[in-house]
Amino acid sequence: MKTMRYLENVATLVLDSETCVGCGMCTQVCPHGVLAMEGAKVRIVDLDGCMECGACAGNCPVDALSLTPGVGCASYIIQIWLKGKEKASCGGPGCC
Amino acid sequence: MVSGMNVIKTTPDENCNCTAPAGPSCCGNASVEILSPDCHAASEAPDVSCCGPPAGPPSSPHERPGFKLCRYVEALIDTPAGPVPRIKTILNAGDRLGTLGVRLGIGRNDYKVAPGLYAAGFPDSASPVVVTANYKLSFDHLRSQLAGTGAWILVLDTRGINVWCAAGKGTFGTDEIIRRVKSARISDVVTHRRLILPQLGAVGVSAHKVRKGCGFEVVWGPIRARDLKAFLRADGKIDESMRRVTFSFGERLVLIPVELSLLRKYLLWALVAMFVLSGIGRHVFSFSAAWHRGLLSVGACLSGILAGCVLVPAFLPWIPGRAFSLKGAQAGLVMGIVMVALTAAGPYLSFWPGISLVLVAVALGSFLAMNFTGSTPFTSPSGVEKEMRRAIPLQLAATLLAVGIWIGSGF
Repeated sequence: MKTMRYLENVATLVLDSETCVGCGMCTQVCPHGVLAMEGAKVRIVDLDGCMECGACAGNCPVDALSLTPGVGCASYIIQIWLKGKEKASCGGPGCC
Repeated sequence: MVSGMNVIKTTPDENCNCTAPAGPSCCGNASVEILSPDCHAASEAPDVSCCGPPAGPPSSPHERPGFKLCRYVEALIDTPAGPVPRIKTILNAGDRLGTLGVRLGIGRNDYKVAPGLYAAGFPDSASPVVVTANYKLSFDHLRSQLAGTGAWILVLDTRGINVWCAAGKGTFGTDEIIRRVKSARISDVVTHRRLILPQLGAVGVSAHKVRKGCGFEVVWGPIRARDLKAFLRADGKIDESMRRVTFSFGERLVLIPVELSLLRKYLLWALVAMFVLSGIGRHVFSFSAAWHRGLLSVGACLSGILAGCVLVPAFLPWIPGRAFSLKGAQAGLVMGIVMVALTAAGPYLSFWPGISLVLVAVALGSFLAMNFTGSTPFTSPSGVEKEMRRAIPLQLAATLLAVGIWIGSGF
């Protein structure tokens, strides 16, 4: 996927190194290799590869990772704009 | 021979073996016998019988009134948690036809298997438990990769949606796993306490919460089902490449038919609008112009669709730019120019209408390509939103300009 890149400097992923206990769970679940172990802690090594799926944050036992998770889908975002977050449906007959 | 509709028996015939008192057959009951002389013989009956061809095997003890085994089930096996279907690990023609259908967007929203526990091969109490979604395409992918292994498959109720999308929606989630592990009584079936989950399920599942909720440790398996066997053989050791999502040419091509099928719902209104707009002119409304110029506008829309739904997915990494709207606009420009060049000889297309058609192809190609972000595995919502805020006003402006020129050129 190194050949297929999306917009730069937009990902909202933040790692709190102080809190990180270095369990490495986030490095296992990230589908893009955004995080890697460095010594006893984890480090963000490829922020622009982040697609903000939220897998890392959901699997961090100490909540050291934070981001605005979501689905990078234009038709879903249009629905949010038109109908509001609650009524927007990802999926249904028009989507994944 | 006594068989035949014209033979009405009022008492059991001495030639008929159907008097055998018991047996799982229609012949065990006198009233049935009277009414249906063609009934099948009891299973204990000798080969030659009054009642037509020899009987088939008796009913399986697993049969339940009103239920029928699915075609992907080989047999039911008994486990401490009750009967569990052992599924076939080879897909048949029906499965392949179903796959083809959903890839074309037919019946895609109701392509499910029942959630619960299944067995692949001959698993025992030490065999791995693999978790998946109840979208039949996901289930088929998984079982076709488990030939020659013994594994339990726990299917979650993801409402017929694949693992990654369901994880994003939360149906492939922590709570559903905990609930399903308990209801399927996995802890009675296996002695270990590990679940192997597809890595992409991590979006909806917190491993530490699953352990707290049902005592099972989550092991993150490979992304792709085809790596699962190697993963199981290597006892959970995993190659980095199995952890990285890909979006190859082939993986992109299979998405194209669904992208196109999603446009069906707009088709009728779009056609009406194009033919009506094309007919407006100095004679107020001309049916001849509506038809001839309408066809040209349909051609421009098809160029835009081809650009946004076919060219961009297929040639994604090679079209310049990062933003999908930009890629789509370029593809639309090329397709629009080709389309106009091919039809420029006709009497209905001069310079300005030609510009209008190219603009339509650019705007539509850009918009549809932008919508393809939802089908890719690497676009972030922050990025998509940023791109949309820039692109949508431009797409709208181009469309309005195109429509203005198109109507104006009718006069």
